[in-house]
Amino acid sequence: MRDEIAADLSTLPLHGSGTASVTWWGTLAFILIEGTGFAVGIGAYFYLATVAPAWPMAAPPPDLLPGLIFTGLLLVSVVPNMMVARWAEARDLRKVRAGMVVMTLLGIAPLVARVFEFRAMNVWWDTNAYGSIVWMLLGLHTTHVLTDLADTVVLAALMFTRHGDDLRRYGDVQDNALYWNFVVVTWLPVYVCLYGVPRL
Amino acid sequence: LDPHGTDAARLAGLMWFVMATCAAVWVLVVLTLAPALWRRRAPRPDPLALDAPRERRMRAVIAGAVGATVVVISVFTLTSFVTTRGLGVTGSDEPTIRVRGRQWWWEVEYLDRDPARAFKTANEIHVPVGRPVRLRLEGDDVIHSFWVPSLAGKQDMIPGRTNELVIRAERPGLYRGQCAEFCGIQHAHMAFLVVAEDEVAYARWLEIQRSDAAPPSGPEQEAGRAAFLSRQCAACHTVRGTPAAGTTGPDLTHVGSRRTIGAGLLDTTRGAMAAWIADPQTLKPGNNMPLVPLDADALRDISAYLVGLE
Amino acid sequence: MTQDHDAGTRDHQVDRTMLEARLAKTWRTDPGLWGALATVDHKIIGRRYIVTAFVFLALGGVLAMLMRLQLAGPEARIIGPDRYNQIFTMHGTTMMFLFAVPVMEAVAVYLVPLMIGTRNIAFPRLNAFSYWMFLFGGLLLWVAFALDMGPDVGWFAYVPLSGPQFSAGKRADIWAQMITFTEVAALAVAVEIVVTVFKQRAPGMSLDRVPLFVWAMLVTSFLVIIAMPAVMVASTMLILDRLVGTHFFNPAEGGDVLLWQHLFWFFGHPEVYIIFLPAVGMVSTMVATFARRPVFGYLALVMAMVATGILAFGLWVHHMFVTGLPRLGESFFTASSMAIAVPAGIQIFCWIATLWSGTPRFATPLLWVVAFIVTFVIGGLTGVMVASVPFDTQVHDTYFVVAHFHYVLIGGAVFPLLGAVTYWFPKFTGRMMSERLGTWSFWLIVVGFNLTFFPMHILGFQGMPRRIYTYQPDLPWHGLNLFVSLCAVMLVAGFVLFAVNVVRSLRCGVPAGDNPWDAPTLEWATSSPPPPYNFAHIPVVGGSNPLWESPEKLPVASGLCLDRRELIVSSVVEAQPEARESSPQNSVWPFFAAIATSVMLIGSIFTPWAVVWGAVPVFVTLVGWFWPKGTPEDAA
Ligand code: HEA
Ligand code: HEA
Ligand code: HEC
Ligand code: CUA
Ligand SMILES: [Cu+2]
Repeated sequence: MRDEIAADLSTLPLHGSGTASVTWWGTLAFILIEGTGFAVGIGAYFYLATVAPAWPMAAPPPDLLPGLIFTGLLLVSVVPNMMVARWAEARDLRKVRAGMVVMTLLGIAPLVARVFEFRAMNVWWDTNAYGSIVWMLLGLHTTHVLTDLADTVVLAALMFTRHGDDLRRYGDVQDNALYWNFVVVTWLPVYVCLYGVPRL
Repeated sequence: LDPHGTDAARLAGLMWFVMATCAAVWVLVVLTLAPALWRRRAPRPDPLALDAPRERRMRAVIAGAVGATVVVISVFTLTSFVTTRGLGVTGSDEPTIRVRGRQWWWEVEYLDRDPARAFKTANEIHVPVGRPVRLRLEGDDVIHSFWVPSLAGKQDMIPGRTNELVIRAERPGLYRGQCAEFCGIQHAHMAFLVVAEDEVAYARWLEIQRSDAAPPSGPEQEAGRAAFLSRQCAACHTVRGTPAAGTTGPDLTHVGSRRTIGAGLLDTTRGAMAAWIADPQTLKPGNNMPLVPLDADALRDISAYLVGLE
Repeated sequence: MTQDHDAGTRDHQVDRTMLEARLAKTWRTDPGLWGALATVDHKIIGRRYIVTAFVFLALGGVLAMLMRLQLAGPEARIIGPDRYNQIFTMHGTTMMFLFAVPVMEAVAVYLVPLMIGTRNIAFPRLNAFSYWMFLFGGLLLWVAFALDMGPDVGWFAYVPLSGPQFSAGKRADIWAQMITFTEVAALAVAVEIVVTVFKQRAPGMSLDRVPLFVWAMLVTSFLVIIAMPAVMVASTMLILDRLVGTHFFNPAEGGDVLLWQHLFWFFGHPEVYIIFLPAVGMVSTMVATFARRPVFGYLALVMAMVATGILAFGLWVHHMFVTGLPRLGESFFTASSMAIAVPAGIQIFCWIATLWSGTPRFATPLLWVVAFIVTFVIGGLTGVMVASVPFDTQVHDTYFVVAHFHYVLIGGAVFPLLGAVTYWFPKFTGRMMSERLGTWSFWLIVVGFNLTFFPMHILGFQGMPRRIYTYQPDLPWHGLNLFVSLCAVMLVAGFVLFAVNVVRSLRCGVPAGDNPWDAPTLEWATSSPPPPYNFAHIPVVGGSNPLWESPEKLPVASGLCLDRRELIVSSVVEAQPEARESSPQNSVWPFFAAIATSVMLIGSIFTPWAVVWGAVPVFVTLVGWFWPKGTPEDAA
């Protein structure tokens, strides 16, 4: 078999951004995986709620305040998150650096509220199945906050090194922002389950 | 598969129908595959040169075959739905028996509107012929599954839930049942018997079972009872009419009347009884009855006593 | 720091010898142990994956023979109940999680990049990580088994038997954690395949020109992505119940036993199509080559696979027909299960039509295809039988079901796999497998298989439950059981002969050349075995059967750099080239990350704190993995 040159690709860019980027698709695939995980968790929540004679089981409904603070912080964080993504697209190194620092802080702050949220459930994980499932949903979401925070910290550090000003890094920052949005969005149905359903 | 119950007979009918149809489908597939492979044909030097009219004909044939598939599966779905609905129809007044699966034996409790007339036994279920019997199936520890192939399909016994199954034996006889859900180390030896008998025999059996254990019929049995009560046996087993009221193991009030011991493991003979008591862990490794050290006399007496509990 | 790679040497600036030398240097795997640990070449990893999975097949097969030995006679005392329960659990678990799923993904890891004309899989380091996780998970399970700590609760580990109360010790935890390992590995590969297929297809390979095996793997990967999280959640719940006292499955505290079954089978049913669909892809590929015509009904086959994939999520309850769920609901699942017969039928019909109108050449791979059709249809039809609720109440958890799933697993997936090994062996190794030995092992396996497993249907009707370590002599089962056990020896002989054939052909098989079967797909356009960079130039595709459409010369693209690992990223539907993307360099960090993750996961069998402390090394290794090293591949 002989090769016969039929096209010249030398003018193509050296890196694809947005939908041309493989990491973007990879992030999307992981979002799909984890989204399914959340869906399964929520499904299990409703399943247990339907088979149980009373819901919540032998526990007062959760206190609202820490959850509200947490949700508020997450929603607020979406704004700078989007802005960082936009700056990254514009390759504005200075603003991206600042934005990543802000996002790091906005990743830590909700975790503080989260600690109180566990307490606010008014039930322990080993009290009954209700306690188990609410702790699991909270835990599952907390892991996601933590992983994204870790990712943000590393990326923020990276942006301050000589590797920072690079198309690929800007792409990473955008993917990271996308993932954070996912973390925020998945929280909303979980929030409704944890705080809304027991009050029905 | 040897149907002797109403449900089992219906099931067998359905199963034969489905299997025959499927066999026919398979034969058809193979009969088209064979000529597809071995028919004679002209050489085709260019793999991409396709015969357009033939492609169209094949498309039509395939569409037809798919249509036929749809018809077959619709018929299957419908018949199995109808069969399911026809299973286990009952009145409301049939005898109700609660069967609890335990690792690795069956606790059988004949319920009665008058709780005093309810009683427990194990590993052997008696039913009247020709009458539906309602079984209330529960799992005590892990999931077991109640299955008497000749009488009806199986039904799981799930901790925390109650399932119902209605069986109706058409002919008197002994029907073997076996646990069908893996339930641990002795899942293999978790069998039981269903004894279908006529109303008279059944009523007599009920009366005997309701009564307390027979008093020892001789000195050997007398000694056996004493030994039984003084060892750990009484902590796990109940013998009604004696202080023994344990619930960890099967109720032994009328164990001598049962055809087998150890959930279908051995026939109830004196020798088997002694062998079982002497070393349950060798006969049924891992089961929940420990080896209770007994000297030869005690062993002989206890087995005599238990076999005598008819 | 945007380096100017446009200054680097381009492929059209050098002659062929130089081109190949430069590419080989850029894409090389270093020799030695370090190089082997660090490599990210999808072919090397794929080969490892395949070999490892086959080792697990052999191990699982040995266990099967032990079971057959014990079951050959009534009340045999060769294997005790405790050991037997470990053995059948290990057999099922090994076959499903360590052989059948991984082997299919492994073949895809090797072939998909070649079939779509790219130079490496997407996320090659993740791919390396995936292999190590798979290996460590398998080792965990088998080391535990060797220490008499093998799981003994069946391959679907129903609670409460596997729960804290009834499974003391660590056996059930090991099972559950092995699930985590293999699922991480499978999910990683699924992500790679999806992205590779979406974004790295050769220019011009629009979606309607994608080879069917690649389509099959794409659908399979989506099944993996959507099904596996369910079992991850379930096994996590199980571990939590066992380790920290949650009550998900404890009815005494509001938990529910059936929740486990729903979660497991929501994964478990798609799982069987995760095994079967790749086989469909293999069969479609081989049918076309050996009938010497494009497969009949390309679009119908693609739609059938997609339909199977979607329907797969609507059938899980058919494994729970006797748990006492509402009858009407169960009838819905009867209907949906039977509906699968339609796409399955379409596939069978299209393959027969292809053979009918083609010119079949009876090489060993085609024999396997024929055996596949004949046996799989039996298995599929018994599947349709058990999909009927009343039918299933009689045969559920009997040897009838054992027969059903071995017919679909072995007839439906292993036969195509053995065909595929024979078919692609020349591509993997550069040598042909012996046809004579191949035919012998074919007949031994096919005949041995049917003699072994067909009688199991009858045993099922005679009321023999599965998962029993022995049975009593007065039951009418011993004759057939003895027969089955004897015939299994024939089956194994066939497998051994197959293995002998592989080893012999590896050493002294006939050299194959690039395209020994005159096949139409791109993997045959490069040499056998392919060079580290797969293609000297990225092919440009103008049809569904590139090598038949243009047998003499391969249209290719030029203009790629030689000094960095470069491949083409193209658009999802049309495969229009979008960028010359770099593909990561070798790295040993994925290996370290896999070790750190394994330590964390194994530790968490014993204490929840392992997750906390274990996360630190995992974090460190991941940073090492992703931190730029200043190679040309790191920059844009
Ligand atoms: C590769 C694996 C594989 C495949 C492809 C299948 C395919 C199918 N399976 Fe099977 N199955 C398993 C692996 C597989 N299965 C395993 C491992 C288990 C047991 C798990 C365990 O308990 O350990 C199981 C168990 C299992 C059960 C539960 C049984 C029980 O536990 O009681 C059921 C019930 O509905 C079922 C149904 C089906 C159906 C309807 C199909 C269909 O997809 C089949 C479709 C194919 C055809 C129908 C043939 C081709 C079609 C034609 C030629 C057209 C003409 C057809 C008609 C007119 C009907 N399977
Ligand atoms: C792809 C999956 C797969 C495959 C290939 C097989 C292959 C075989 N299986 Fe398996 N089987 C399952 C999946 C599979 N099985 C599952 C999921 C279960 C359910 C488990 C559970 O209940 O939890 C099961 C259960 C099961 C049972 C029921 C056990 C019970 O319920 O008590 C039996 C009984 O006969 C059995 C037998 C066999 C046999 C004889 C083979 C033969 O085909 C094996 C043939 C032999 C080999 C493939 C090895 C040959 C190779 C060599 C010998 C090479 C030489 C090696 C060296 C020199 C190292 N299997
Ligand atoms: C720790 C509890 C325990 C003790 C003590 C115990 N048993 Fe048992 N026994 C059981 C259990 C559990 C079974 C059911 C075993 C099985 O079939 O799996 C059983 C079964 C039996 C059976 C068979 C019953 C049947 O219908 O199948 C007999 C008879 C019996 N025990 C007698 C005795 C005698 C006699 C002793 C004292 C020497 C004794 N048991 C001590 C728990 C116990
Ligand atoms: Cu009880 Cu199996
Ligand atoms: Cu299924």
